[in-house]
Formats: sequence, structure tokens, C-alpha cells
Amino acid sequence: MRTTMNTARRGALAASLALALAATACTGAGEVTDSEGPDLSVSTGVTDDAIVIGTHQPLTGPAAAGYMSISRGAAAVFEHVNEQGGIHGRQIDYRVEDDGYDPARTIDVTRQLVIEDEIFAMFGGLGTPTHGGVVDYLNDEGVPDVFPASGALSWNNAEEHPLTYGWQVDYTKEAKIQGEYIVENFPGQNVGYLFQNDDVGEDSQEGLDQYLTDEVVTRQHYESEVPDLSAQVAELKRSDAEVVVCSCIPAFVALAMLEAASSGYEPQWVVSSIGGDTATLQGLLATFTEGTDAEEVPADAFLDELIITSYMPRVEDPDDEWAAYFIDIYEEYGEGDPITNTHIYGMTQAVMFAQVLMSAGPDLTRQALIDALEEQEWQGPGAVPFSSSGGDHGGHQGAYIVQYQEGGNMEVLQEARVTDRDGGPIEEVDFTPLSPEELVFHD
Amino acid sequence: MSTSATEREPRAAESAPDRGRTPRRGWSDLPSPLRHLLFAALALAAVTGLLLVTGDLTALRMAAVGYTMLAVAGLQLLTGGSGQVSLGHGAFMMIGAYTMALLVLNLPMLPLAVNLVLVVAVAVVAGIAVGAATARLHGPYLAGATLILAVGLPGLTHRYHEVFGGSNGLTVHTAGAPPFLQGLVSDSEWKALVVWTAVVLALAVLATISTGRLGRRMRTVRDDETAAAMSGIPVGGTKVTAFVIASAAGGLAGGLQVYVLGTATPSMFTLALSLTLLAALVLGGIGSMWGALWAALAVVYLEIWLSDAVRAFDLSKDVENNLPIVLFGVLLILVLRFQPLGLHGILQRLRALLRRAR
Repeated sequence: MRTTMNTARRGALAASLALALAATACTGAGEVTDSEGPDLSVSTGVTDDAIVIGTHQPLTGPAAAGYMSISRGAAAVFEHVNEQGGIHGRQIDYRVEDDGYDPARTIDVTRQLVIEDEIFAMFGGLGTPTHGGVVDYLNDEGVPDVFPASGALSWNNAEEHPLTYGWQVDYTKEAKIQGEYIVENFPGQNVGYLFQNDDVGEDSQEGLDQYLTDEVVTRQHYESEVPDLSAQVAELKRSDAEVVVCSCIPAFVALAMLEAASSGYEPQWVVSSIGGDTATLQGLLATFTEGTDAEEVPADAFLDELIITSYMPRVEDPDDEWAAYFIDIYEEYGEGDPITNTHIYGMTQAVMFAQVLMSAGPDLTRQALIDALEEQEWQGPGAVPFSSSGGDHGGHQGAYIVQYQEGGNMEVLQEARVTDRDGGPIEEVDFTPLSPEELVFHD
Repeated sequence: MSTSATEREPRAAESAPDRGRTPRRGWSDLPSPLRHLLFAALALAAVTGLLLVTGDLTALRMAAVGYTMLAVAGLQLLTGGSGQVSLGHGAFMMIGAYTMALLVLNLPMLPLAVNLVLVVAVAVVAGIAVGAATARLHGPYLAGATLILAVGLPGLTHRYHEVFGGSNGLTVHTAGAPPFLQGLVSDSEWKALVVWTAVVLALAVLATISTGRLGRRMRTVRDDETAAAMSGIPVGGTKVTAFVIASAAGGLAGGLQVYVLGTATPSMFTLALSLTLLAALVLGGIGSMWGALWAALAVVYLEIWLSDAVRAFDLSKDVENNLPIVLFGVLLILVLRFQPLGLHGILQRLRALLRRAR
């Protein structure tokens, strides 16, 4: 009986603890108090010969096929940097954790990176819903959150997230440039929108609508979970849209093109950078047409005259110094798969991150990295000016426009222009990136 | 003399197990709700102790074990208890999660306890609606009907984009440790503690139901509906009740998940989640509440361990990324083939072996 008494007493104690717990949990669940900023004068993850950085990427699951190439590209660049002697004598230890594009897992792996791996900084965390769940945590913990891989507007909010620095041109800026180009070059033509029904579509329309008004004959959306565009494309055709702006990821660009081709509908496609990777599109088109009537049609034929906005070097243009450089690096350090613009995305990010680590100097602290980001004068490899200072953490400020031609040629239709996300003007800029030899991003 | 010696022998042998059994008899003499509450308190004390010696990452994962366990326990009551198969349990987690997120966003002044009660209330209403509609369905038909729920519900977040935030979902901030505990307990540890408090209380309720009259009725219905009806058990009502209780457990689990993670998106509550819960329940052991604990540990930790183990071998990236999922499947098949009662069955058999050896 004594043990029972003890158990009971201990139980009662624990129960009262539980009650106290319940009682103190009585303040509003959503009432959050602000605390002081974290201490940045630390060099967590930095040793004499290494810098540990981490990222969350979809390596498994439905998003993996499209986005795995980003971290592969980045890993190849870091390996190259390490081979050259690293950064101020330190090797980059790039740790990629798989979150399967599931926000719940992103939170888990991010904590693992911060607490167990003790990363110096988060680099290129991928996805809007996924990264959105950890951006507060990273800022609260004082972990620099550099170049999330998504074009959401929310990364550029220096007041709320002082340690988060956007990278991709945001969807609104890019759409404004598309809108202006269409008004100037396809005057009087009917325009149809096809967009992904999340922040991609929302922010893109905000930009397009600043330039396109009466021309817009229909607005069609799709859900990224539902791989079917038959109704949307039928409606675009019915409303006689001559120009279709597709704010879509590659899989849906390919799907839309096939759907249109099968009904003899041939609009001028204008695709934003997220869906404009022709190498990926070719692969998708080849897969989608397998075993259908269109199997004989080369994937390339679908892509002829496709207009794409872009802000990075492009793999279709091997005469470009950076593109050639990246192709060589990936051949040497890559995973053996053919290089695409999605790889280039990760590689461009990696070069820029390595560059800012160089600028931060040999006495590396988190504050030094932030200072370097604020003071960096960016000169490539991206083909448009880049902003990471003075409260503007917006990353790439604009885009240039290219047209793809069957056979793999690329014609530049409009040189780089920059703009803001609000009602500001779109301006031409005179910007030439430094060559790979001139740009300092390793020892 | 010799007779008295032989007489004394068996008496001693009798009294020895007696002494050992006395406290246990006292334990089982307690009314079942009290017994389960005491057990819950003990579990909470154990979790608190564990939290004090581990860090933030473990706190997050322990919280995950907590709410997953609650969801699986609800499913256990439904499937193991009343014999109904639900492939849509994740949908009820989603209902709870979005209710919680919307409450925190729109009524930030409400205390957490009130939020949780409201979450359970909403899940109960949803459970009644679905349960009443599906009570007449059996086996695969019920599975099919609940499958629709798991597949269809995430679509609602796209249909009502403004309310539910589409595929990017809702992001909320929930309050961490109260000011007077700052420095002593981290926010994550506090949240894990709150989760476990709610979980053990809910589990105590589930266990009490399971051992009580309702539990008996459920098992009768599970074993033979006709026989149950002939002994005067309202078959439909019992099935709906089981469904509603399971929904409430799932909803509460989802609410707690949002409280910890601060985000609710449709991609967290796909069909894969519902299937994982069911698979984990089978792995853990479908016949017992303990199965839910092993199931939750498996869901949270197995993949992490497997990933670490796989990483130790130098494999190609594609293999490395997907091998943990394959191994989970292989493990599930092996358990089903050789130990249909799951991990709990294995443990029970081990215990029986140990007892026999003693």
C-alpha cells in the first residue's frame, strides 16, 4: 500500500503542477510580446578551417523533381570554391536537409540545423509556404537568413525580419516588366492570364494590372496540386486570348502548352522566370508526350517563340562568360545530370553568397556577414542590379526579356530594366556583371 | 514436524506473490478515471523530467510525439476499438489545425485553454456530421468515404483562398513561456509541456472510455454487429460516438500542432498523413493504447534515425534521399507478416518470456 500512497502523492504533485500550468497558460494564446534582438557578435558554426551553412530543400516528394537541381548546383559551386582554397582559408560545409516541401518538416529540419548542426547561416531555404514557417524562428535566434529561394514579397521586410535577405526578383516587379513589354510590343491584342493560385498569382497580377487593363480578356488559375489545365486552356482559347501570360511553375507551363497544342490554339506565351527553364520544360514535354499522338513531335517545337523574363545567366547562351563558367563547374563537380537553368539558379546564389562571405573578412561573425550584405556592391553573376541594403532586402531589382527559338537559340528582346513593387516607373539600366575572373568569391 | 514444514512451504509460496500483488490490487481498485488521471500525471512528470535534461530540438520533437500520439490514439479507439477504418483521420487534424490558426489570428486575446476547447468543439461537430453520414457504411465503403474527406478537404483552402490562405496556408504566432518562467524554461520546452499536459489529459479520457461501458459496447459492435444489436446495444449510435471521439482527438492533435509549429498549410494534411497515421498505428500495435505511443515515436523518430543510418553509407543522393521511406515500408511489411500485433505485441511477448524465465 505504501507504494500506492507514494504514487498517489507524486501523482497529486504532478497534477497540481499540471493545474498550475493550465492556469498560467491563461493569457491570450496569440498575444506575443516583443523581446530584444539576438546577439549577432557570435561566430556560431565558424571554425579556423570551416564555415557550416545549412539549407532546407525538397529532396523527396512531388516538388523534388523540379527543385532538387538548385541545391545540386550550389553544392557544385561550393565544392569548386573549397578546391580553390575556400574563403579566407575556411572550407564551406554546405548541409542540405530534406523537408519534402512539407512546412511541418521544414520546421523540424531547420531546428536541427540551428541547434544540432549549429549553422552559421541559413542559405537559400526553398519555398514560400515552407520557408514562411521558419523565417521568424531564424530571425529570433539571430541566424542570418540569406537568399531564400522564392520570389515572395514577404522576404523583403527589413523591419520585421532584419536578418532575412531576399534574392529572387519578386513576382510583382517581374510582372510589371512583362506588362509593359506586352503593352508596347503587342498593342491592342487580347491578353489572358494563367496563374498559380497562391502568392505567385496574386503578386504577379498586381504587377501586370498596372500596365494591362482593357486588354485582359480572362484570368485563369490552377492549383499546384491538380495537374490538369484542360478547362483553363479551353477558356483562354474561347475568350480569344492572343497573348497568354503564364505565372506558372515549369510543370504547368508544359501542361498548358500541350493542352493548347492539342486543340490547335497557338497564342504567344509569355512565361516568368520561375517557369522559363527551357531545359526543364523540354524534359517535361518529352515525358508528357510519351505514348501519346504527339510523341513524334520534338519537345523543342512547343517552345518556339516562347518569351521569357530572366535575371540570371542562362544555360542556353554558352557564349555568356558566366554560363560557360557554370557549365564547366557542373561538369567537374556536378552529379552527372545535364545542367539546367535551375542548376544555374543555385549556382548563382552560391557564388553571391561566397562573395559576401569573402567581403565579410577573415574575422567572421554573424554581424560581419550582415554588415557585408549591407555594404556589398553587387556586380553579378546576375544580369540585373541587386539590392541588399538600406532597408531594401529585395534582391534582384528587375529582369531582361528573351525569346527562345527552336533549335536552342536565344534572342534578347529587351535589356535589363529595373523597377519597384509599387507604382514606380520601369527604368533602363546600364549594368554589366563582372566576369568570373574579376569577381572575388574565393581565395 | 515434517508435516508442519511441508505445510509452511506452500503458505510461504502463496504469500510471496500475494505481497507482490497487493499494491497492484490497490492500483486496480481505484476507479478507472482516477487511475488514468494518476497515470497521466506520472507520464507528464516523466516528460517534464526528460524536457529538463534535453534541449530545444528534443522539445519540438517530443511535442510532435505528443500530438501525433493523441491523433493515433483516437484512430486506435476508432479502428482497434469499434472496428471502423478511417482513411481520413488527417482531415480532422486539419480541421483542428485551421480552427486553432483562425482563432489565434482573429481572437488573439483568447486563452489557449479556451482555444483548445473550441477546437475540440468544432472537431466534434465535424465528427457528428461525417459520422452520422457514414455510420451505415462498413469496411471498405467507410474507408472510401473517409478517403474523400482526406483528399477533398485540403481543396477547400484553395476554394476559400481569402479565409484559409490557399497553399501557403496560415502563419500564426503563439505566446511562449510566461514572463516569470523566462530564462528557466525556453519557449519550445514550455510549448512541449503544454502539449503533453493536454495530450495526457485527453489520453486519460480516451483510456477511461476504452475501459468503460462504451468501450465494451464498441468492441462488441466490432466483433459482431448482429449479436451486439440483439443484446440491446445501439449499433449505429455506438459507431457514431466512436467516430466523434476519434474526430475530437484528431482535431485536438491538429490544434496542438499549430500551437507548436505556428503554421497550417494544406500540404501538411495530405492523404499521405492519414495513411501514415494508419500505417503507424498498425506498426505500433492496433490492440492497445500503448500502440499509439510506439506509433508516434515511429512517425517522429524512425525517419530521422533511418536517414542518419543511411547517410553513414556512401550512397548516391537519389538512393540516400528515398531509402528511409523504403525502409519504413519494409519494416511495416515485416511487422505485419511476423507480428500482426505490432511493436506492442513484440514487447508483450518479450515481457511474457521474461516472466516465464523468472
